[in-house]
Amino acid sequence: MPISVKVIHRPEPESTSYLRAALSGMALTFRHMVNPVKVTQQYPEEQTELHPRWRGTHVMEQHADGRPKCVACGLCPTVCPANCIRLVGGEDDQGNRYPIVYEIDEFRCIFCGMCQEVCPVEAIHVGRHFENAEYTRARFVYDLDRLMEQDHPSTNLWDPSDPTGE
Amino acid sequence: MEPISGIWAYVAMSLKATGIFTVVILVVAYTTLAERRVSAWIQDRRGPNRVGPFGLLQPIADGIKNILKEETLPATASRFFFVLAPILVLVPSMVTFAVIPIAAPLPTPAGVVDMVIADLPIGILYVLAFSSLAVYGVVLGGWASNNKYAFLGGMRASAQMVSYEVALGLSLITVLMMAGNVTLTEIVWQQQQLGMWFAFPLSLAFILFVISAFAETNRLPFDMAEAESELVTGYHTEYSAMKFSAFMISEFGHMVTSSALMATLFLGGWDLPGTWDDAHWYQGQLIAGFAADGSVILANPAWWKTLLTFAGFAAKTGFFLVVYIWVRWTLPRFRYDQVMSLGWKVMLPTALAYVMLIAGTILVLDEIGVPWGFGYGLALTAVSGMATFAFMFALDRGRTITGAAAQRGQRVEVKTTPTATARAGS
Repeated sequence: MPISVKVIHRPEPESTSYLRAALSGMALTFRHMVNPVKVTQQYPEEQTELHPRWRGTHVMEQHADGRPKCVACGLCPTVCPANCIRLVGGEDDQGNRYPIVYEIDEFRCIFCGMCQEVCPVEAIHVGRHFENAEYTRARFVYDLDRLMEQDHPSTNLWDPSDPTGE
Repeated sequence: MEPISGIWAYVAMSLKATGIFTVVILVVAYTTLAERRVSAWIQDRRGPNRVGPFGLLQPIADGIKNILKEETLPATASRFFFVLAPILVLVPSMVTFAVIPIAAPLPTPAGVVDMVIADLPIGILYVLAFSSLAVYGVVLGGWASNNKYAFLGGMRASAQMVSYEVALGLSLITVLMMAGNVTLTEIVWQQQQLGMWFAFPLSLAFILFVISAFAETNRLPFDMAEAESELVTGYHTEYSAMKFSAFMISEFGHMVTSSALMATLFLGGWDLPGTWDDAHWYQGQLIAGFAADGSVILANPAWWKTLLTFAGFAAKTGFFLVVYIWVRWTLPRFRYDQVMSLGWKVMLPTALAYVMLIAGTILVLDEIGVPWGFGYGLALTAVSGMATFAFMFALDRGRTITGAAAQRGQRVEVKTTPTATARAGS
C-alpha cells in the first residue's frame, strides 16, 4: 500500500561551491591541528577542585580520644532513603550510647546528604571525595573504623539561614 | 666510482631489503599513532598519551592487544578465502616499496650502493600491478565473510578502485612522457635534469594523481569500502584480532607507499634543491649531469649526501601522510553516486584531455628545439597552470560536484498519492 509522501523542496542555491567550502574546511582544521584548544582535563595528574557542597564518601567525626561522636540515636538509618546505613546501638557503664555496629554501603548510598543533615551531634558527614574504587563489592561496605579513618574534608551543607554560604 | 658487485652486492641487497622493510613497518605503526594524535588535535582532544612518553609506545600496546585477542571465524564464512583475504591485502601494500628509491647512492669501500631495494626496469608498472592486486583481498574478505554489509563494502571497493585506477594511470602517462622511462630512478633523475619537480610542470596530473591515490587507498573522503555509518565497518566487519589488524596495517601501508610514490613522481623523490646531490647511473658511470659538449660530469657520492637526501625524502613522504590524515578528518564521505560520477565524468575526461595537452606541448617544445631544462619546465608549467585553473574553475561552478539539491532534475518526481480516506471510500 503506497503511503502519502510530503515532498519538501530544499532551497536551491544558484551555484554551490564545494571546492571553496572544502578548502575553507581544511583551513579550519589546520588551525586546530597546529594550535589545538586542549579542553580535556588530564585527570590523574590534574585534579578538579571539588565544590564546598560536593557530597561524596562519608566521614565519621570523632572525639579527641578517638571515640566516634555518634550517639547511636538511630536518626540516620531512619531518614536514609536508600536504606544503606546499618546501626546497632549500645550503652556503656556511664549510660552513654555508642554505635556497636555502624556500616554504610557506599554502593547503595545515593549521596543525598540527609544523614549529615539529620545528625544531632554532627557525627556522620558526607565528604568532598569521590575516588573510592575497590576490587570487591564487599569492600564498599564501610565499617565504623574505616569511616573514622577518612581524612578528606567534609561537606558544607546548604544552610537555609545562610543561603549564599557566607 | 664502480657499482657494488659480487658477494657484497648480495650483502647490500639483503641489508637494504630488511632495513627498508623494517622502516616501512615502523612508519606504518607510527602513522596509526599519528592519525590518532592529529585527529585528536583537529577535534581539540589530546589523543592517546598514556602509553610511554607522548603515547609513543601506543602502537606496541595496540599490537599486543590485537595478538592476544580472540580470533573469530563466522560459522557461515568461507574459511579458506576468509583467511586468504588479509594476506592478499597485506602483501601488495608492503612489496610496492621495493622499487621506490629512498636516497642518493651511498658510497661504500666495496662500491656504490643504490638506495633502492630493486631498481626494476618496469618500475611504475610493477607498482600499478601490485596496487591493483590489493582490491582482490578486499573483495574476497567482503565475500568470504558471508555478511551483506561486508559484501557491499567489497563491491563498492572494487567498483571504486577500478574507476580510479583509470584516472591514476592516465595522470601517470604524463609523468612517463616527461621522464621517457618507467623506472623510478630515471623519473627522479629527469626531475633533477629538468631543474624542477614534476609537481609544477604537471600540476594538473599531480592533483589528479593525489585524488586518485586517495581513492585507491580507500581513505576518506573515498572510504566507500568501510563507510562506518552505512556498512558497519564494510569489508572487514567480520574480522577480529590479528586478521583485522592486517587490514589496518595494509591500509596504512598503502598510505605510506602512495605517499612515497607521490613524493617520488611529483616532488622529486629524494632530490633536494640544487644540483649538488644529482646522481644517476649512465653507461656504468655515476654521473651528476652532462657538460655543454655532451661529455658526462661524474657524480661525487658521499654518506652525508645520502643522509640528507633520505631526510628530504622522509620529509616529503611525511608531508603527504599528514595531508592524508588532515583530509580524512576534515571532509565528509562522498555519496556512492558522487564517487562514480567524479571518477568517470570528471577525472577520466580531464586526465585524457590533459594527456593530449601535455603530449602536444612536448611535441611543440621539441619541434622548436627548446633544450630539456628549466625553460622547458617553465613553458610546461605555464600550460599546466592554465589547465589546472580551467579545471578548478569548472569544478568550482557547481556543475560537477554538487549536493543533493542541485541534482533534483535528475530524480524521479514523487507523485502525490490519494489519501487513506479517499481510498477507503472507493
